[in-house]
Amino acid sequence: MTARDDLLDLLVEDARHTTADLARMTDLTEDEVEAALADLESEGVVAGYQAIVDWEKTDREVVRATVELNVTLDRETGYGDIAERLARFPQVKTLRLVSGDYDFLMEVEGSSMHDVSIFISEKVAPVPEVTQTVTHYVMTTYKDRGVALNDDDDDDRLSVSP
Amino acid sequence: MGLDISERVRSVPPSGIRRFFELAEERDDVISLGVGEPDFSAPWAARDAAIDSLERGRTSYTSNRGLLELRQAISGHVEDRYDLDYDADEEILVTTGVSEAVDATLRALVDPGDTVAVVEPAYISYVPGVIFAGGEPLRVPTREADEFKLTYEALESAGAADADLLMLCYPNNPTGAVMTGEELEPVAEFCREHDIGVLSDEIYAELQYENEHTSIATLPGMRERTVVFNGFSKAYAMTGLRLGYAMAPPEVTTAINRVHQYGMLSAPTTAQYAALEALRSCDDEVEAMVDEYDRRRRFVLSRFDEMGVDCFRARGAFYVFPEVPTDESAEAFAEGLLREEGVAMVPGDAFGDGGEGHLRVSYATGLDDLREAMARFEAYISD
Repeated sequence: MTARDDLLDLLVEDARHTTADLARMTDLTEDEVEAALADLESEGVVAGYQAIVDWEKTDREVVRATVELNVTLDRETGYGDIAERLARFPQVKTLRLVSGDYDFLMEVEGSSMHDVSIFISEKVAPVPEVTQTVTHYVMTTYKDRGVALNDDDDDDRLSVSP
Repeated sequence: MGLDISERVRSVPPSGIRRFFELAEERDDVISLGVGEPDFSAPWAARDAAIDSLERGRTSYTSNRGLLELRQAISGHVEDRYDLDYDADEEILVTTGVSEAVDATLRALVDPGDTVAVVEPAYISYVPGVIFAGGEPLRVPTREADEFKLTYEALESAGAADADLLMLCYPNNPTGAVMTGEELEPVAEFCREHDIGVLSDEIYAELQYENEHTSIATLPGMRERTVVFNGFSKAYAMTGLRLGYAMAPPEVTTAINRVHQYGMLSAPTTAQYAALEALRSCDDEVEAMVDEYDRRRRFVLSRFDEMGVDCFRARGAFYVFPEVPTDESAEAFAEGLLREEGVAMVPGDAFGDGGEGHLRVSYATGLDDLREAMARFEAYISD
């Protein structure tokens, strides 16, 4: 594995590792880590850094929905064109072209169910190429981007063992 | 008469680790780098297979030697990974952890008065195991100057030429030392010259960060004089499931099985099903755990280096073995560190000759705790 791969794995695991710690874990110097990160960012390999939040543990109401979208294409309009148009909405958090019964799988976020419903009915459904939408509201999240929420990770090992 | 404790048992002191365990248990803010087992849980697929076997009511004994399917999977695994060729029917015995395998092997091979050379620093049960089997342990210390590798000279100067058996463990607990095939060759030569049998505990084989594992049994003339031990505790994070195995030529395996069949009957059935699944489908999880250990290893080595603490570059298991950075004994230092900073490390002397003046630092602990423990260590030595 290259140092770049190592860095990517470490950042995916915890984007808040300090440069010093990244250097310690990869046997690179801090300067080399900084340079590699700058390259990864400018090449768009690392597109951003975000926290994984369990909103259920906060006072804020965050409503998430997964939306299946069917679309029709024509000579002038491809998947990319439709995706670009949809992705511009800040409510759209994830947008993927998928195989199977529908074309796009979209994750949407809003502050209430009403908010999300209005967005789908007034902004997404009217897009001319969109022929059908099926909205699934998220009821509980158990695992998000590889991190189990509500995970009990108490260390029950003996404190000293051979 | 009554219940008199045997001379053999009375001659073995309780483990030096015990006292530290009790000290560490006295307070609840301790970060322990004294743990000799993975902080991960066994891969889910293996746990799921154990649950499934229970649901299907597979709660009876297995054959003494273990499930044939499991022995076949082990045979394939050790051939793929380590170039070891052992027959599933005649040369593999599944045991209740490597601990049972070592104990049964010593009892199968040691006659009263036989000498077993034990390479130290070492896992704490080898010397007691030799004594319980009626043998005479001969300690063969290794040195930091050799990165705790066993050398021909170390064997010679310890007087191991007269030994009947040699017990070694690489990658090593507690030092994290590893030995390449080239480095093992002089050891093999010594054993061939003096007709010594080898008991090779390779439980940490999978946890090597800079080399591929070489088993001493793969060197010329060694297979017929070696018993190889391995198991699921470390690589698959299955310590509590208690599952290991011994591999040796047919007549030796039969002899070890004689002790095993009367003493244990068979290894835990549930754990055998978990192990079978672990071999079948958990390579990716093992690789991810190994990568994670390696990052922590580099982190800890870097931190000791920054503090100016001498620590040779350990390349295996999940331990580093730094020198005590003060004039104190390892025991006094470890006790002070525990009392003042709440960080537990095990003094090296607990692991026998060659361990004095060192600390065993386990990095089988999450990075956040390692970071905090290293900061406290730094604070302690700069006071």
